[in-house]
Amino acid sequence: MEFTATLKIALRALSRNKMRSILTMLGIVIGVGAVIATVGVGQGAQQKVQEQIAAMGTNLIYVSSGSVNRGGTRLGIGATKSLVYDDMTAIVREVPLIASAAPGASATSQVVFQNQNWSTRINGTEPQFFTIRDWSFAAGSSFTEDDVTHAANLAVIGDTVRQNLFQSANPLGQTIRIGNLPFQVVGVLSAKGQSGMGADQDDGVYIPITTLQKKITGQNWLQNIVASAVSQPASYAAQGQITSLLRDRHRIRAGQDDDFQVRNLADVAQLADQQSQVMTMLLASIAGVSLIVGGIGIMNIMLVSVTERTREIGIRVAIGATEQDVQWQFLSESVVLSLLGGAAGILVGAGASLIITKLLGWAILISPTAIVAAVVFSMAVGVFFGYYPARKAARLDPIEALRFE
Amino acid sequence: MATATLNQITTAADHRAATAVIRVQDVHKYYELGETKVHALRGINLEIEPGEFVAVMGSSGSGKSTFMNLLGCLDKPSSGRYFLEGTDVSQLDKKTLAGVRNRKLGFVFQGFNLLARTTATENVELPSLYAQLPKEERRERARKALEMVGLADRMEHFPAQLSGGQQQRVAIARALVNRPSILLADEPTGNLDSRTSVEIMQIFQDLNGQGLTLVLVTHEQDIAQFAKRIVVFRDGRIRRDEVVKNRPRAADVLFELPAQDD
Repeated sequence: MEFTATLKIALRALSRNKMRSILTMLGIVIGVGAVIATVGVGQGAQQKVQEQIAAMGTNLIYVSSGSVNRGGTRLGIGATKSLVYDDMTAIVREVPLIASAAPGASATSQVVFQNQNWSTRINGTEPQFFTIRDWSFAAGSSFTEDDVTHAANLAVIGDTVRQNLFQSANPLGQTIRIGNLPFQVVGVLSAKGQSGMGADQDDGVYIPITTLQKKITGQNWLQNIVASAVSQPASYAAQGQITSLLRDRHRIRAGQDDDFQVRNLADVAQLADQQSQVMTMLLASIAGVSLIVGGIGIMNIMLVSVTERTREIGIRVAIGATEQDVQWQFLSESVVLSLLGGAAGILVGAGASLIITKLLGWAILISPTAIVAAVVFSMAVGVFFGYYPARKAARLDPIEALRFE
Repeated sequence: MATATLNQITTAADHRAATAVIRVQDVHKYYELGETKVHALRGINLEIEPGEFVAVMGSSGSGKSTFMNLLGCLDKPSSGRYFLEGTDVSQLDKKTLAGVRNRKLGFVFQGFNLLARTTATENVELPSLYAQLPKEERRERARKALEMVGLADRMEHFPAQLSGGQQQRVAIARALVNRPSILLADEPTGNLDSRTSVEIMQIFQDLNGQGLTLVLVTHEQDIAQFAKRIVVFRDGRIRRDEVVKNRPRAADVLFELPAQDD
């Protein structure tokens, strides 16, 4: 029989029991809605994570002084003194995939302003550090390269430090004390909140590396170097090149452990991304279970319908319907049920994820893939759970069916 | 074809075989009901020529319903052969049989068996839908068939809005829509009052007059009288097969019946 005629018969049969059809559809509506909503919210979360990672700096490569093996005892990260300023300049000079790099060393110290004090991390670095990390200033600016050369007593403070020392007062131009030394505040960083790992990114003071090394720690080695690759894909190659350059410079023979560590933040980003993907998949598959339950609902109603309409089936077969005609008739009913349910479910799911993402302040993400998947899946549910009842209808003995009261 | 066991009638019938609409040869039908084996048909031989109007009679359990199911290609014989317009349909597969039912046979049932909440036209169209005729042709045929049974003014009515006699006429129109070779009616007047029954028989006589072959199952002698030939079943065998003499015309009987009050 032609497609439109089959569809018309299906729609008419369903509209005869409107309440029942709607209730049956509800299972699919909830299932599809739940899938769309969880995938939407999951992807919103994923984007949030990606934003946070982007806030850590783009194309970031992080070199830290590493472990060293002393008579069988392997000391942890930062235990070596072999990472030096010249390593950083060499990386910039000899690794073309690296756009920029900044040195890093730090000490923990008490910071004092008038009657307020705060213990925080004092980081020595160079002005390009802020560009590499993609950190912006809420007020003022960085110290200059000139200030680095002269080991000037200038400081950039994080938002947490500002809150603790200055509350609502303007910190720019004020003099704070780090240890015993006076520093003038030249810049305040914008608040960044927690990092993806939960650390407070705003709790720190940044001063010229030279000032830190000469006046505070008295050490000339670095704890880390932060570098940015020319592009995100280049960061993997750059990572390898830095490793071989530093092994060379530190005269590490083949087979010996590195005395430094090179980490690529793309890896971290990927990991976080994978985690949120796994989370999304997990939620979506739980939601998918309700879709199967909805499918069983359809099967149940279709079986009832086949029994109720036994006589109709008998009439149709008697006047020339083939098994295939009868099967298509019932199958199209269940597919129409599930597709209508799927369409309504998309609306419900989109609405739900809209509300949820709005409440959480995330970007609204309704994935077209999820919608297509939902349509395909609900159709598959219709076919799968409609097949058995339809088969049962098609196999009815017409003589018995005509006698059915 | 003719064997030693075949009786005189079938041998005589052989030369007419090419023209017979229905030719049933030594048909048996058994049912297995648990332990017991029911022998519903015990060797039926019957031929029906084009333009015949046959009434099949018999008490319940005589095998007449089983025989009708076989004629209607709803069931297959356990043994024996059934030729419909010269084709042996006793061994066809289900799909082909559905096509045979659709194009060569028209069914009229006791309970009318119309689809509820479906208009008269749509009910009549149904067989042509399964025959995959184009939409315009389906409409046209349905209209003509309904006119033929005198329901031109009831085309868009639902079965619930029609009287029993009108419903049965819709069913007859449905049976005719694919222009079948033969019309099978199973107790078509069983649910109708006597006047309406005669009206239905009048339609059958008219259709037969136009050349349609009819087989009618009934247990009412006065209904069977309107046919040209009566075949009586008993215990799975044909007991009597006779031509009706002094066949009444349904139109005349109708004229003599008292008019209904409503």
